[in-house]
Amino acid sequence: MPTNAPNESRNSGAHISLRQCSKSYRANRVLQPLDLDIRAGETLVLLGPSGCGKTTTLRIIAGLDTPDAGGAVLFDGQNVTAVPIERRNVGMVFQSYALFPNMNVGDNVKYGLRVRGYAPAEAHSRAQQMLAMMRIEELASRRIDQLSGGQRQRVALARALAPQPRVLLLDEPLAALDARLRDTLRVEIDRLLRSLGITAIYVTHDQSEAMALGDRIAVMEKGVVAQIGTPEDIYFRPSNAFVSDFVGTMNTILHNGARYLFRPEDIELVDRSSAQFSGTVVQRQFLGDHVQLAIAIDGNQEQRPVTARADSRTAPPLNASVGLTLRPSH
Amino acid sequence: MPNRETKLHLLLIAPVAICFTAFFLIPLGKLFLIGGSGEFGWMAYTAVFTERRYVESMITTVLLSLLVTLVTLVISGIAGVFLARNQFAGHSVLTAMLTLPLAFPGVVIGFMIIMLGGRQGLFPALTEWVSGERVVFAYSLVGLFVGYIYFSIPRTILTVMAAAEKLDPRLEEAARSLGARPLQVVAHVVVPALYPALLAAGAICFATAMGAFGTAFTLATKINVLPMVIYTEFTMQANIAMAAALSFVLGLITWLALGLARSLTGNSVAAAA
Repeated sequence: MPTNAPNESRNSGAHISLRQCSKSYRANRVLQPLDLDIRAGETLVLLGPSGCGKTTTLRIIAGLDTPDAGGAVLFDGQNVTAVPIERRNVGMVFQSYALFPNMNVGDNVKYGLRVRGYAPAEAHSRAQQMLAMMRIEELASRRIDQLSGGQRQRVALARALAPQPRVLLLDEPLAALDARLRDTLRVEIDRLLRSLGITAIYVTHDQSEAMALGDRIAVMEKGVVAQIGTPEDIYFRPSNAFVSDFVGTMNTILHNGARYLFRPEDIELVDRSSAQFSGTVVQRQFLGDHVQLAIAIDGNQEQRPVTARADSRTAPPLNASVGLTLRPSH
Repeated sequence: MPNRETKLHLLLIAPVAICFTAFFLIPLGKLFLIGGSGEFGWMAYTAVFTERRYVESMITTVLLSLLVTLVTLVISGIAGVFLARNQFAGHSVLTAMLTLPLAFPGVVIGFMIIMLGGRQGLFPALTEWVSGERVVFAYSLVGLFVGYIYFSIPRTILTVMAAAEKLDPRLEEAARSLGARPLQVVAHVVVPALYPALLAAGAICFATAMGAFGTAFTLATKINVLPMVIYTEFTMQANIAMAAALSFVLGLITWLALGLARSLTGNSVAAAA
C-alpha cells in the first residue's frame, strides 16, 4: 500500500500526561484517579466495555470534560487543565462522524483552517492535500449526505488532521461501519497514524481494533486502568481475569488439582489415546477459515466448556468425543 | 366514467372541499369583489400602494412584524436550545408557562402591557423612582412590540425546542475541537442546523404579527398598523370597499410569507402552527 502522506505534515505531536484525573457525576465516580502518560507520537488505545471510563478519559484529554479538583492534564509538560478545547489544538474523530451537513466535503476539511484565520488559498491547498492523503480528492465538492459511511469517516479524519493537531483523539471511529469497511478503514488509519507519527488516543470496545492499532493498550474496567502495555503484553501476560477474558477468549481447565489457563489457539485436537484431556463437542460453529468448537472436558470442575479451533475441513462433528493437548509452554 | 376508487376519493375529500369553499374561497372572492365596488372601483387596490396613509401603515406593519419576528427568534432560539439541552427542577413548569400566552386573547395581552407600561403601570413607576421621569410606553408602537414579542414566543419556542433536541451535540464538539469559539459554533453549526425550524416558526410569527388586532385595539386607536386601519376604514369611515381591499392585500402578504417559508424549508410550515 503506497503512503502518499505529505512529508511536511510529519509531526510527532505532544507528550500527554494525566495526573490524578478523576471524574464524578453527582455522587457517582465514573473515573477513579488516573495517572497516564502517552508518549509523543505514540498510539494509545483505551479498551474496555461501555461504562468503563474510556470515553470520559478521552473527553478529559480533549477538554470537553474537566477532571474533578486535583486532576491535571499536561501537554508537553504544560498544564492545559483550564484551557478550553478550542485552544488545545486537538483533532477529534467521532463514531457519528459529526460532519457539518451545511457544508460540502471541502468546506468541512477547511473549517479548522478557516476559524484559525488561514488565507483562503492556503486553506484550500492544505485541504486538497488532506483529501489526497485520504484518497478522496474527487469528493471535494460533494454534499455530506451523498457520502457512504466509510467516505464520511475519511472526510472526518482529513478535517481533524488539517490544522495539524498536537494529538488526534478517536472515539470509536469504526463502530458505525459494517465489518468489511471496518477492516479496510482500520488498515487505512494504521497507515495514517504510522506515517504521520502523530500522538493518537483511540477509544474502542473492539479488542481486534485495539491489537491492530495500539502501540500500547490500556484496558479499562469500572473507571480504573486494569492493565496497560503492548498488545503482546495484554494478550499473553494479562494481569488479571478481567483482562484475559476481555481481550480474546481465555479457557480454564481445573483438572486433578491443577489449573490450566490458555487461549483457544493453544490447544490442539489430537488422537484420544495420546491426549492430555478428553471431552465432547457441545457446540460447533463453521466460520469459513476455521471451525469454532465448544468442548466439555471430562472431569473439568470448571463449568464452562473450553473454546477450541479446528481446521474447517477436518473438524469433528457435534457430540463427537475428542482428545485435546495443550501446546508446549503451557 | 369515474371508477369506484375515484368516487370514494371524491367522497372522502368532500367535507374539506365544502369547508374550504364555504369559509375560504367564497368569502375571499366576495372580499375581492367588494374591494373593487367602491367609489374608486378597482383603483382601491392601487390606492393601497399609492395613498400615503395606507403605504405608511403597510410599511409600519411589515417592519414591526419583521422586527418582532427577528427578536422573537433570537429569544426563542436561545431559550429553546437551553430548554432542550438542560433538565432541571421546574423544567416542565417553565416550558408550560412560556407556552401559556398561546391561550390568551390579544385583548388580555393588551391589558397586561397597560399594567406594565401604562400611565399607572409598573415601568413608569420604576423610571420615576430611578430618574424622576415617568416613561410610558404602552400606548405606542413600543407597547405593541412588547406585546407581540410576548405572544410570539410560545408560537416559536416549541418548534425550536423540537429542532434543538435533534441537534447532535457532537457537531458542536467537533467545531470546537477545530478551534471555533462559542459564537462561531453558534453561527456555523447551531443556526444552520436550526435554520428550517427558525424559518418555519418565523413565518408563523410574522403572519400572526401582521394580522394581530386585539392587542393594538386595546392599547390605542392611533397606532397605525394595518388591521387598525382596516377597522377604522370599516367602522369610522364606512369605507367598506377600501377595508375589503386592504384586507385582501394583508391576507395576500401573510399568505406569501408562509408560502415562501414553506418552499424554502421544503417541509410543512403548517405543522408549526
